[in-house]
Amino acid sequence: MTVTADPRDSVASALEVDHVESHLHPVSSFDLDDHPMPTGREEIWRFTPLKRLAGALDDTPGDADALSVETIGDASYVVGTLAPGQAPRGVALVPDDRASALASKHAGDAVHVKVPADAELAEPIGHRVTGTAGTRTHRHTVIEAGTHSRATYVLDHRGSGVHAGNVEVVVGDGADLTVVTLQDWDDDAVHVGTHEAVVGRDARYRHISVTFGGSVVRTSANVHYAGPGGEAELLGLYFADAGQHFEHRLFVDHNAPRTKSNVVYKGALQGEKARTVWIGNVLIRKVAEAIETYEENRNLVLTDGCQADSVPNLEIETGEIEGAGHASATARFDDEQLFYLRSRGVSDEEARRLVLHGFFQDLIRKIGLPELEEKLTAAVEDELARNVAGKVL
Amino acid sequence: MSNLQITDLQVSVATEDGPKEILKGVTLTIKDGETHAIMGPNGSGKSTLAYSIAGHPKYTVTGGSVTLDGEDVLEMSVDERARAGLFLAMQYPVEVPGVSVANFLRTAKTAVDGEAPKLRTWVKDVNAALEQLNLDSTFSQRSVNEGFSGGEKKRHEIAQLDLLDPKVAILDETDSGLDIDALKIVSEGVNRFRERDAKGVLLITHYTRILRYITPDFVHVFVDGKVAESGGPELAEALEAEGYDKYLSAAR
Repeated sequence: MTVTADPRDSVASALEVDHVESHLHPVSSFDLDDHPMPTGREEIWRFTPLKRLAGALDDTPGDADALSVETIGDASYVVGTLAPGQAPRGVALVPDDRASALASKHAGDAVHVKVPADAELAEPIGHRVTGTAGTRTHRHTVIEAGTHSRATYVLDHRGSGVHAGNVEVVVGDGADLTVVTLQDWDDDAVHVGTHEAVVGRDARYRHISVTFGGSVVRTSANVHYAGPGGEAELLGLYFADAGQHFEHRLFVDHNAPRTKSNVVYKGALQGEKARTVWIGNVLIRKVAEAIETYEENRNLVLTDGCQADSVPNLEIETGEIEGAGHASATARFDDEQLFYLRSRGVSDEEARRLVLHGFFQDLIRKIGLPELEEKLTAAVEDELARNVAGKVL
Repeated sequence: MSNLQITDLQVSVATEDGPKEILKGVTLTIKDGETHAIMGPNGSGKSTLAYSIAGHPKYTVTGGSVTLDGEDVLEMSVDERARAGLFLAMQYPVEVPGVSVANFLRTAKTAVDGEAPKLRTWVKDVNAALEQLNLDSTFSQRSVNEGFSGGEKKRHEIAQLDLLDPKVAILDETDSGLDIDALKIVSEGVNRFRERDAKGVLLITHYTRILRYITPDFVHVFVDGKVAESGGPELAEALEAEGYDKYLSAAR
């Protein structure tokens, strides 16, 4: 007869409630020794131009107070700070790469944003952070959405410098939280970091990432669940111009049953050495029965000399699911679309603008925040006017 | 005035085995107020004729000419042809995600007229055009052709015909895939267009069914890349009874 030391262990391993070995999601740890300086050959770093990170991965303190911070909306929800290890800091986010570990280590006290239980905020809250050229900064933000609360938090990044920023999100049971992160940096800025959310039972979490500016922007948006019935929607929009490297990494860990995730990222690239990377990792654990997941990345390549990498990864440990799918497409303008529009008298240039406008509008209208939708529509129009009209096409 | 003159038009497409000639000398004149039906079996080159006139880049014109009111159409870009007064209602209209029908129609109308339509009358015109084709008012907020049923796509094409008001409309198998109710609605739309002054219609179809609702002035049988026979509406009736067999065996 076989004797099992602790029957709970064997149940745990059969259900894989703990760690699943995979290159998609390296071991999480606060210890920097677990995240050595990458060489560029590592799976999680192979797309990133390490030489251009300008010290973002160096284990040295940053420039204190080099980041100017403004509060957006009602400041009363910024309730204080959290020292490393002071809950809820560390509840959701344990660093999964060196950039995130450094942001955590050198950020000092984290900014603590808290939406009380049952509160429904009519207006978005958030922070606008502006970096300064020649400085290195670290920041850690903890956003806690109380049970059955409803809120939108906006994090607006501008200016220059080298920034490592973590955002840790705890979405309470039944809460509905939208986090918007705007990367509207100057052309020489470097931005790395991880946004990690734990989504409560029957809660709804939306993460909307918009990247228009920066030299290198490499962010990870991760989600896992604290109970069944949670929903996550991760939307992204980016527009890379000549020389810009925008890397969006996503990881949805379906670690609870009946959870849902929907990922849609859309980007356009134009100009010499415009580069985008999209990594969409989804893990469906054995316990995650009856879940539903879909991820999609579409890239529109507007000129020669651009490169878009798009890598969807789906690991399925149980077949007892509602649905799992992914789509990835990287293409130039569709000749048939252009022909259709032009056959209605619309000039070639305007037809291209219309197709590109529609490409992004398709995503923008999913956001559901009228003010942000208007702003993004205007920003896209602006990019189009500056870049597509007349110039390269 | 609208006078579309196609003279000895020869067109080829690129294939793996080199260029293949599809149109082998098509001559056809559509004058003011005339409706011409082109009928022919699959693969005879009917759609190639439509797309060549509209300027689709897939087709290479190797000979002949096309003029609209004396202007050389083949020299024009695709959008110039549309602005000159040509309209092609497509058999398979293309989806343009994220671009609303309202935005699309306004952009096209502005391009064709060279100025933006007056807002007040334009909204009224669009709603009337959609209503006449049995498309409800929410239709204009949908993305162009995205998720449209086959019938909705065709009715949307005819709504554009109404609003853009070209000189000559080329309808490429607009009747295919329509049930009888949709066919009637679409035909009525085409007939309203024909009633306007000096409009030409080139109606390309595989079936005689639509000709019960749109009576052509001329019928041309199209076989193997050229017109095999021309006649009046009675030719369509003969085709209905006898089919294309005698033309096909002659072409072989």
